[in-house]
Order: sequence, then structure tokens, then C-alpha cells
Amino acid sequence: MTINETQDQIISEFSLLDGDMEMTVFYIMELGQKLPEMNAPDKSELNEVKGCQSKVWLTCRMENNGLHFSADSNTAITKGLVSLLVRIFNGQSPDDILSADLYFMKKIGMERFIGTQRSNGFAAMIKQIKMYALVFKSQLTAH
Amino acid sequence: MSAVLTPVLNIQKIREEFPILHQQVNGKPLIYFDNAATNQKPKRVIEALTKYYQNDNANIHRGIHTLAERATRAYEETRLAMQAFIHAEHSEEIIFTRGVTESINLVASSYGRAFLKEGDEIIISGLEHHSNIVPWQLIAEEKKATIRVINITPSGEIDLDHLKSLLNSKTKIVAVNHASNSLGTINPIKEIIALAHDFGAVVLIDGAQASAHLPIDVVELDCDFYCISSHKMYGPTGTGILYGKKELLEKMPPYMGGGEMIKNVSFTKTTYNDLPYKFEAGTPNIADVVALKEAIEFINELGKENIAAHEHELLVYAAERLREIPSVRLIGTASQKVSVQSFVIEGIHPFDIGQMLDARGVAVRTGHHCTQPLMDHFGLEGTVRASFSVYNTKEEIDSMIDGLKRIIGFLQK
Repeated sequence: MTINETQDQIISEFSLLDGDMEMTVFYIMELGQKLPEMNAPDKSELNEVKGCQSKVWLTCRMENNGLHFSADSNTAITKGLVSLLVRIFNGQSPDDILSADLYFMKKIGMERFIGTQRSNGFAAMIKQIKMYALVFKSQLTAH
Repeated sequence: MSAVLTPVLNIQKIREEFPILHQQVNGKPLIYFDNAATNQKPKRVIEALTKYYQNDNANIHRGIHTLAERATRAYEETRLAMQAFIHAEHSEEIIFTRGVTESINLVASSYGRAFLKEGDEIIISGLEHHSNIVPWQLIAEEKKATIRVINITPSGEIDLDHLKSLLNSKTKIVAVNHASNSLGTINPIKEIIALAHDFGAVVLIDGAQASAHLPIDVVELDCDFYCISSHKMYGPTGTGILYGKKELLEKMPPYMGGGEMIKNVSFTKTTYNDLPYKFEAGTPNIADVVALKEAIEFINELGKENIAAHEHELLVYAAERLREIPSVRLIGTASQKVSVQSFVIEGIHPFDIGQMLDARGVAVRTGHHCTQPLMDHFGLEGTVRASFSVYNTKEEIDSMIDGLKRIIGFLQK
């Protein structure tokens, strides 16, 4: 599935919630609960995404030219939010990740349920993912 | 406290005075439990602001025209109302500031700079808000003075025996809050003041969490400085007061220079104005000060003891209902408290609880509440804090409890 196909899928899932805030927050937390367990040693300061109010850890590895992310957070809602990004970007190439245009946040009305603080944190997660893509891209070209 | 009084307040009628309460948040009726951060404003306060700008706006004290006279009179009437509110002896002991934070900074900078010496000690408690910690750290660093911290008991009270052991001839300032913003603990400030005075120290009381709930009599307390924020007592944001004993304020140097605070200015020598103007440099926050008078009258008309009785009932009810939930742990269980209840829920981050409750229209505070040392003391990153005001109801508390049960049911399944 392409990045945009996953985004469209997320948009259609959220549209079923009909803008109900409580349902939306529950749904986000449920998505977080489904995120595969991150290895405990990976939850280190080194892997912490800077700029988030909650603690968020993010790691990345490359397999068959696609990037695979693993993430966790100490808060359930943030874990749900980062799980959306993991779902969108898992298996994608560094090039596709770097050129991705993320429009799902606006479409699902994310600013309504994450305040200014969390928006900044979310932007930091995206930046971190793109940083990983850049690093792995440069490794690919070096080889 | 007056918890035994029969209810005399018509809460539904009081709620009608607060336009902001009558709205939906996330599709649910707003339940505002973040009153310790700032409480809401009755119509009369909001109207006073509008009325001031529509009819009376002028710069105060220097103008000779009618509007200047009206604005000056309104501004000074609030000073008199505040004087009566805290039972100060002289109106010039009431200095208008931006609020408690500025009041504490004023004392730390002015009194501290003039009277602290190397090796002196400043005592604060482990219950303090950052605004009653950092100003003292700044001046202590400058003056090579030392900060000593009074221990807190497990229930969140000041350990008076520890205070007694800290006091000595080097103690120059003791700064504690009247009531804790994170835990609600009401501190025995009269006793603390007397103990400090035995060693010749001056005492500053941070009254941010007390002004809307507790009786304040600065003469009876014999406190040297008392600080209040308007916005925590139904008044506008951006103003508040510093009360200081006249003889102390008189010997303190000005904190800021500018207009209003001077008697004569020349390039060789400037002389300063009398109290209180010596400490009110520049055009003050006139409109908010004027409207603050309405907030004082609002409290006076309801009766602080009646407000406190209603809030105490809510506090007791909330603690009782929270205790029904096994995974809830109450933080701050002092015997004397204002209407603040902090708690944590096992295995659930306070942020998640705060956001889940917001989705149901319930506004609570989550985090360290600007008291990081206190949170460290309890080994917590933060808490959820529900704080109640005169317009809150038991039904609203029920609604919060329902919300908590839902989130626990979901996350602990």
C-alpha cells in the first residue's frame, strides 16, 4: 500500500467516528494498544523524540529497501498518534518518505483533539521519521 | 472551617452569573474543574471592564480632566476594597502588581537586594509553586545567600518541627504559601509567622490559592508580606497585589523606575514618590484593577465562609467518590484543605486522563502544576488535579467520576 493509500484508509476510518470526540480519543488509544511491543532497551534517551510533552521513543531499521519503525510512548493517546505514523510509513522507501505529503491530519481534524503542545510534538515525530529516511537514503547511495 | 453550616447559597442562581459556564465543549456541557489555575468571572466583573473602557478610560493620577478623575477614583476605590478585604491597616500598604509572581519578585528583588547579606538564609517549603522558589533562588545566587527547604509530611503538610530546626539567627526571610496549589493543604501560617518572627525573619505569604477561599487578616496574622492574584478570585487576569507592612515598604528601594513612582526627576538626582506609588511605576493595569473591585464585592456579598462551606462539601464528596475507584490514589490528604484534589490512577498517565475528560467537556489540570520539587518528593511525574469553585456541583463531580471509570475500564481491560 502506498503512503497515500494508507492515509486515505485512515481518513475513511476516522470518518466513521462522526466527529465524536470521546469515540475518537478511544479509537486513537485502541490503535496505540495494537502497536507491536517495542524492545525495552530501545526505550532509551537516545531514541527519544525531542520536543514532545509525553515521552516518545522511535527506532528505525531497513529491510528490503524499505524502512520499518518501532515506537512507544508513556501516554496512551500519544502512542495511538505515533502508531498512525508507523502504519503510514512502514515498509516505504526513504525516497517516498522524504517526498511524502501528509494530509490525513487535516482531513481527520486532528488539531481538534490534539492541542498546540501535542501538535508540536507530532511535528517532531514526523521530522524524526524524515531524519531516519535521510540517513538511510545516504547509506543507500554510499553503497 | 465552616463545613457544618447549612447551605445558604443558591448555586444554580450563582451559575447564571457566569456566562462562560453555559457552553458545550466537545458536544458536552462544560464542567470547569481547573479553578486553582484560574477561576471564571461573573458578569459584573466582565461588565465593569467594558464599562470602564466605554465611559471612564483615562490615565490616572496625573490628569486634571473629568475622565482622569473618574478613572483615578475607580482605581483607588479598588485599593480601599482590597485593604478592607485583607484587613490591612493602611491603604498605602496595598501595591498593585501583575499578580503573585510579580509581588514575590518585587519583594525578592527590592527587599532581598537591600537587606540580604552573604551567608543569610531564606526558608521556603517543599510545597511551593515555582513562583515562590525561583525569585528566591535568583536573589540568593546574587547575594550568596542559602535557600533552606522545609520538609513535607506524607499527607502533604509542612513539617513544623523541621521548620523549627531550620530557623536560626541567619534566617532573614521565610516564604510559604497560605494554601498549596497542587495539594490544597492549608498551612498554619499564623504559627509559621510567629516562629519566624522569634528569629527576626520577615515572612512572605503566597496567598494565590487562599484569597477566594480563606479569611485573610494581615494584622491578626502579623505577616510582613502577603501576595494575591486577581484572576484566582473571580477577577481579571494581569493584576493582583502585594501587601507589605508600611515600615518595611518604606525602607525598601523601588523595584522598577519610570513614571508615577517619582517625586522629582533631574539628571543628577531623582527622588521617589510616597507609598504606594513608589512601587507602581508606569501606567498600571487600570481597567483590570477597576474590575477587580467587582470581584471583591462578589465574594463579600456571597460571604467567604459560605463559599468555603460549599467548596468544602464538594471537596469531601469528590474525595469520597474518587476513593470508590480502587486504582485511584489521592495525593494530598491534609486535614485542612482548600477545594483542590490531586490524584493519580495506577498505570494511566495524567495526560491521557486529562484528555479523556476533556473529550467529555470536563476541564482538569494535569502535570506538575509548577511544583516540580513537590512532585519529585512524591515520586510522581505529575497528577490530575480537580479544583472546585462556588459554581461547581456534585452532579459535575459525578460526571467526572463516570468519565474516569470509562477510561479505566478501557485502558485496564
